[in-house]
Amino acid sequence: MDEAIEAVGVVKSYGAVQVLKGVDLSVRSGSVAALLGPNGAGKTTMVRILATLTTADAGEAAVAGCDVRRERSEVRRRISLTGQYAALDELQTGMENLRMMAGLTGMNGRKAKARSAELLGQFDLEHAADRRVKTYSGGMRRRLDIAAGLVGSPSVIFLDEPTTGLDVRSRHTMWSVVSQLARSGVTVLLTTQYLEEADHLADRVAVLDQGRIVAEGTPAQLKQRVGGHRLDLTTTDHAAFSRLRAELGARAMAADARELTLSVATDGTAAEVRSLLDELDPAHDAIDRFSTHGTSLDDVFIALTGRAAVAGDGGGPASPGGSEREAAHV
Amino acid sequence: MSDATSTREAGHAVDDAVRHFAPLQQTLIMSRRSVRLTMREVDGLLTSLFLPVMIMLLFVYLFGGAIETPTAQYVDFVLPGVLLMCTGYVAALTATSVTRDMKEGIIDRFRSMGVAGGSVLTGHVASSLVRSCFASVLIVITALLIGFRSDVGALKWLGVAGTLAMFVFGISWLAAVFGLLARTPEGASGFSFAIMFLPYASNGFVPIESMPGWIQGFAANQPVTPVIDTLRGLLHGTPVGSSAWTAAAWCAGITAVSLVLTAWLFRRRTA
Ligand SMILES: Nc1ncnc2c1ncn2[C@@H]1O[C@H](COP(=O)(O)OP(=O)(O)OP(=O)(O)O)[C@@H](O)[C@H]1O
Ligand SMILES: [Mg+2]
Repeated sequence: MDEAIEAVGVVKSYGAVQVLKGVDLSVRSGSVAALLGPNGAGKTTMVRILATLTTADAGEAAVAGCDVRRERSEVRRRISLTGQYAALDELQTGMENLRMMAGLTGMNGRKAKARSAELLGQFDLEHAADRRVKTYSGGMRRRLDIAAGLVGSPSVIFLDEPTTGLDVRSRHTMWSVVSQLARSGVTVLLTTQYLEEADHLADRVAVLDQGRIVAEGTPAQLKQRVGGHRLDLTTTDHAAFSRLRAELGARAMAADARELTLSVATDGTAAEVRSLLDELDPAHDAIDRFSTHGTSLDDVFIALTGRAAVAGDGGGPASPGGSEREAAHV
Repeated sequence: MSDATSTREAGHAVDDAVRHFAPLQQTLIMSRRSVRLTMREVDGLLTSLFLPVMIMLLFVYLFGGAIETPTAQYVDFVLPGVLLMCTGYVAALTATSVTRDMKEGIIDRFRSMGVAGGSVLTGHVASSLVRSCFASVLIVITALLIGFRSDVGALKWLGVAGTLAMFVFGISWLAAVFGLLARTPEGASGFSFAIMFLPYASNGFVPIESMPGWIQGFAANQPVTPVIDTLRGLLHGTPVGSSAWTAAAWCAGITAVSLVLTAWLFRRRTA
């Protein structure tokens, strides 16, 4: 069994809205894959289908070698899902939550207790074992939530936006948790809205947009397609802006006539930035200032779809929100 | 996590061994969970326990003097009504627990672990029975303290407990239906209040003959009335007659319909 997750042509609609429009996805056994996409892209829906919680309207999917539709209970015994929203009882302690989950996987009391203690140790929660979850911080909750998914020692782990809503420090703790999981040999499929996160954690990234995979590859390959870095230029005046914009043509990743700014993809090296500046502004009078940034999710989306990532909850697949942002950007 | 692979094999071996008992074990675990959550939900618990006592005192001391009843003491007459009103309320709280579970991510986790929806719901019903048991004992103690006397034997008391359990079981499953229908816990709690009002339109607090004509038909034929008649017969040592059968039929009917509806609604909500 080489592929831990194999999905072909997955389609799912809610009412008249087609949320997934034929998604193909394959994740090698023992690897970490990221499903990257903005709000409403269909990430949660895809994960729920793979975790057998909802059924696709069309398409096939197998997880850990078992068909998600026909061998539902087989799949369930091999996976764990940590959803986007915490799945814990606030009124139970960390230990009680874990023992409950362990019991549900069929362990007897003694085994459940031992496994729970082991997990609390691994996730650095020993000190809070007997405190009610209500008193936990966001990061602690998230860690306990993931620990709860691991009681049954699953071989495929789904993490739906494991770091959304966490502060920087908790996010980094979470990253090391996921890396540790990856080293233990399990397969991880995580969803995220952050390119940086996918880059840091995943062996392969699939970019999901409006229910379609618009790009797939290693983080390096993806960043190559968008240059890895972005050079932002502020022009001196309107005439300079128009001239540079015309000169760049399709190479402009973004342009803002009001702010007089333009963006170009670059690899971020001094040599390339210098030659770009010289090429665009030989007389040294058109560019006022410049800055470089690592490419953001927005850049990836603009590069891959010619359209900004739709932020916010209203951004359903059919919503026109994206084109408004596009107008502002390009 | 270095030994995840070895524990995984062990985990599955355990899984296979208990596979046939899994639903039972899972239901027991879910019941323990629900009871624990109930016990720690301090506000709800206090309401469920104080409310019965307050209602008992209210009826006996405030209204009791003004109500003409066939029994010598009003407390003797009103005890079954208070028991049903309060256990009904406590049972109906099941709706809130169910809605909360459905709204939060935990139901997805349970399902992804292969726990049947029925186990989760049964857990809530079990905790409802435990809660009602506490409430009933408290009500009977209060009644005894303010003068209620009954010289019937243990068997009849067992009958009282059984009748109440049957009623609570039915109402709890009905509450689960409303819990699956409601979108918010607040919406679900409306059901508890609706259930609390049924006993008012029964023979629980005043004899039906003293009610306005148009409501007598409803009061005489609604499910609470035969349950109260049964409890009264058992507590007073008078013949129970056919009311026990009518009560049992109502409770069984409500339970059966609710079970079918919960199964259907659960599947629909988690599709
Ligand atoms: N049960 C449902 N009923 C109706 N519409 C739904 C349902 N679940 C999801 N949708 C819709 O499907 C679309 C994709 O939702 P999904 O939750 O999969 O996106 P997502 O990528 O996980 O987004 P987010 O980053 O906000 O979590 C959204 O437009 C959402 O409104
Ligand atoms: Mg989501």
